[in-house]
Amino acid sequence: MIPESLQLVVDSTPFLLKGAGYTVLLSVGGMFFGLVLGFALALMRLSKILPLDWLARIYVSFFRGTPLLVQLFVIYFGMPQIGIELDPIPASLIGLSLNMAAYICEILRAAISSIDRGQWEAAASIGMTRTQAMRRAILPQALRTALPPLGNSFISLVKDTALAATIQVPELFRQAQLITARTFEVFTMYLAVAVIYWILCSILAHFQNRMEARVNQHDQEH
Amino acid sequence: MIVVKGLSKQFKGQTVLNGIDLTVQPGEVVAIIGPSGSGKTTFLRCLNLLETPDAGQIQIGAISIDANRPLGGQQSAIRRLRQQAGFVFQNFNLFPHRTALENVIEGPVIVKKTPRDQAIALGRKLMAKVGLAGKEDAYPRRLSGGQQQRVAIARALAMEPEVILFDEPTSALDPELVGEVLATIRGLAEEKRTMIIVTHEMSFARDVANRVIFFDKGVIVEQGEAKALFAAPKEERTRQFLRKFLGTAASE
Repeated sequence: MIPESLQLVVDSTPFLLKGAGYTVLLSVGGMFFGLVLGFALALMRLSKILPLDWLARIYVSFFRGTPLLVQLFVIYFGMPQIGIELDPIPASLIGLSLNMAAYICEILRAAISSIDRGQWEAAASIGMTRTQAMRRAILPQALRTALPPLGNSFISLVKDTALAATIQVPELFRQAQLITARTFEVFTMYLAVAVIYWILCSILAHFQNRMEARVNQHDQEH
Repeated sequence: MIVVKGLSKQFKGQTVLNGIDLTVQPGEVVAIIGPSGSGKTTFLRCLNLLETPDAGQIQIGAISIDANRPLGGQQSAIRRLRQQAGFVFQNFNLFPHRTALENVIEGPVIVKKTPRDQAIALGRKLMAKVGLAGKEDAYPRRLSGGQQQRVAIARALAMEPEVILFDEPTSALDPELVGEVLATIRGLAEEKRTMIIVTHEMSFARDVANRVIFFDKGVIVEQGEAKALFAAPKEERTRQFLRKFLGTAASE
C-alpha cells in the first residue's frame, strides 16, 4: 500500500512542481508589489499631509480587517459585475499584493518611526534633503528593524497563496486537489504538498537569517 | 560672518526666544551659557533651522533666511545654509550603520557631490586632525563617547562650513572623556574657526571663547569679552548663575 502511494507522489511530481512554480510566482510577486505599495503607503502614513495619512489608514484598516479569501472573491468573482474581468493569476496576484501592502505598510512605518529623531537631524545638519536623509540614513537602519517581521510576513504569504486555489489558480494546493479528486489518495497527496510548502518556507527562513546577519554586520567586532 | 536679527520662537504660547540679535565676526569663538530652559539650545538649533523660528532673520556667509516669510519656499536656501553651519550634537548622532570615515565623507559625497576618492582623502585628513587616525573603519558602536564626538566634529568639518555650532558637546560624556573633546575644540579655536558653543563648561568657555553670552528666559542678559564677563559680571542674574557654577569666589 505504502509504495503504491509513494509511486503516486512520484508520478504526480511534474504537476506538483508546476503548482509549486505558481506558488513561488505568487509569493515573490505578492512580496515585490506588496513592498512597493507598502512603502508608498508607509510614506503616506508618515506624511504631514493629513488626507494622505487618512487614506493610508483606511486602506490598512480595510485590508487587515477583512479576510484575504473574501478579498480574492471580490476581485475575481465580484469585479466582473462592474466590468473588470481578470484571469485567475492576475486576480490572485493583485489580491495578495494589496493584502501584503497593508501589513508591510505598518511594518515599515513602525520601523521608520523607531529611528531616533537625531538621525534625521544629523542628516539635515549636513544639508541633506528629506529624500537623501531617508535613503542614506533612515531606511538602512529601519530595514534592519523591519527585516524579521518582513520575513515573517513573507513566510505567511507563501502559505496564504494556497487560498488562490479557490479562484482556480493552478498552484500547489490546487494541483493536489485535482490529483486527489482523480485518485482518492488524499493523505499522501496532501502530506506531500505540506512538505513542499515546508521546504519553500524553510528556504525562505534560511535567506532571512542570512540577510539579518548581513544587516547586523556593524554590530560585530572589527 | 553671522548676523541674526530679531529671532523669536514660541513653544505652545510660551516665549522661548524673544527677539535675539547677534553678530559673530569671522574667526570669533562665542560661548553661550545660561540655566537650562533659558533658550540657548533652541537659539543654536534655530540658527540652522533644526528648530523653526517664528520671526527673525538669519544670515550665515552669503546665505540669508527670513523667518518672517514662509519657510516652505526657502527650503533650498535652508539646505545651503546648513552646509555653511556645521552642527555638533550633544548625543553625537553619528550614523550607526556607517564607519567613522563613512560618517565623515557622507556630506561631501552625497550633498556636495565631491568625487569619492577626494572625499576619502579629506576624510582621512580630518580623522587625523581630531586624533583618530587608524579608527577610520570602526563603527560608532565600537568607539567611546569622546571618540564618537570627535568623529562628529570631523563630520561637521568635512562640509568646510563657515561656522560650527556646538550644542553642549560634552554634556553626554563621562567626565574622563570631556578633556579630549574640549582639546579638539580648542585646537579649532586656535585655527581661528568661527564657532558658537553652547556649554556648561565654564572654565573652558572662559579660556577658549573670545566672547561669552549669558542667556536667560529667552533673552541675552549680558555679553562681553570672556575673561572680563567671568571676572566681573555686570548683571545680578549673571552673578547668581555664575555663583552657582563657580562657587562664591568667582563673583568677588
